[in-house]
Amino acid sequence: MSKVRVATTSLAGCFGCHMSFLDLDERLVPLADVVEFNRSPITDIKHCGPCDIGLIEGGVCNAENVHVLREFRNNCKILVAVGACAINGGLPAMRNSVPLEACLREAYLDGIGVENAHIPNDPELPLLLNKVHPIHEVVKIDYSLPGCPPSADVFWKFLTDLIAGREPGLDYDLVHYD
Amino acid sequence: MTGTKHITIDGQTVPFEEGQTIMEAAAAAGVYIPHLCHHPEFTPHGSCKLCTVKVNGRSASSCTFPAAEGQEVLNNSDELNADRKRLTQMLFVEGNHFCPSCEKSGNCQLQAVGYHLNMLDNHYPHFFALRDVDASHPDVLVDRNRCIFCSLCVRASHQEGKDVFGIVGRGINKHLAVNSESGKLADSDLSVDDRAAHICPTGAILVRGTAFKVPIGQRLYDHHDIDEVSLGASHE
Repeated sequence: MSKVRVATTSLAGCFGCHMSFLDLDERLVPLADVVEFNRSPITDIKHCGPCDIGLIEGGVCNAENVHVLREFRNNCKILVAVGACAINGGLPAMRNSVPLEACLREAYLDGIGVENAHIPNDPELPLLLNKVHPIHEVVKIDYSLPGCPPSADVFWKFLTDLIAGREPGLDYDLVHYD
Repeated sequence: MTGTKHITIDGQTVPFEEGQTIMEAAAAAGVYIPHLCHHPEFTPHGSCKLCTVKVNGRSASSCTFPAAEGQEVLNNSDELNADRKRLTQMLFVEGNHFCPSCEKSGNCQLQAVGYHLNMLDNHYPHFFALRDVDASHPDVLVDRNRCIFCSLCVRASHQEGKDVFGIVGRGINKHLAVNSESGKLADSDLSVDDRAAHICPTGAILVRGTAFKVPIGQRLYDHHDIDEVSLGASHE
């Protein structure tokens, strides 16, 4: 049987969900028998090929996030929102109550200890969106794994359900929004 | 017992006394009906609609609807719970509920209802409404981002004869108002001992200095479903 192909990425996230995924520890060994990784920080593959499962950490805060998210949607049969930021914007979305210009001024011009005050404008830098959005506002999402981060047990339950052909489900103890 | 009247909830026979609502009869019989704006000690408000049940086939808020002999009530059905999940998701997207950074997380009834209904996402686009924080009071914090307009603080404060809180405005501009000249909590009659300072089901009204007495992960709803906690009588 060919392996289930999984891609992962972190958009406007902190990689905490990826770290939690790695908390699978020794369970990563049997997982590697049935799963292979495509685009992911784990493989350093830069673009997503055709995949069975895409795991998205983080919300959408800039133009590049939107492109990456669409690339995943176009290539993954099942797309999964992983963690609070992907589901509701999370911590980065707390900037939504502050106008973008004020955020940039505070961070790069007026903030305490700022030297060489200057708002970064290199053309290679993706432009920020006015607001941070959860990913379901941009593409269709098939499943969500709540938590900040979701525990390794959540990843394990979800992936083993899916790989075994069961409808994935999370019991009470696995559902946390914090 | 002579004269005892009964309704059925999901086929279970439940006795009630004249004047009781369906919610009161259910709670007395150990039947959980999901709710947020209902509190047994205060006049029902009937606004969150989570406690909507089918009474003889018609939708009704069980916290306001009087029990009457022979009613057949449907409560724990897939359809009603799906509606309740959608209502809870609407509450989440209408406010700014960032659980990982909220002191109330784990003790929050909004979150607990989400857990109870196995709500895994927010489904709807977020409003990201602009809401104010009032940190003027030395003992009590108001974070309107987390207010769900249940009005429990309004009712509690009214019962105490202080009327510190009110809900004003409509639609996206609806907000929790404070009854003081400046509109600030510090200038109101609120005291940290008031029931109104402790009644909030979410993290909208918090007593300062208590937030992390119990660590995240060891809190009420981290390991106990709100259906068992709620029937254990205490709401706090």
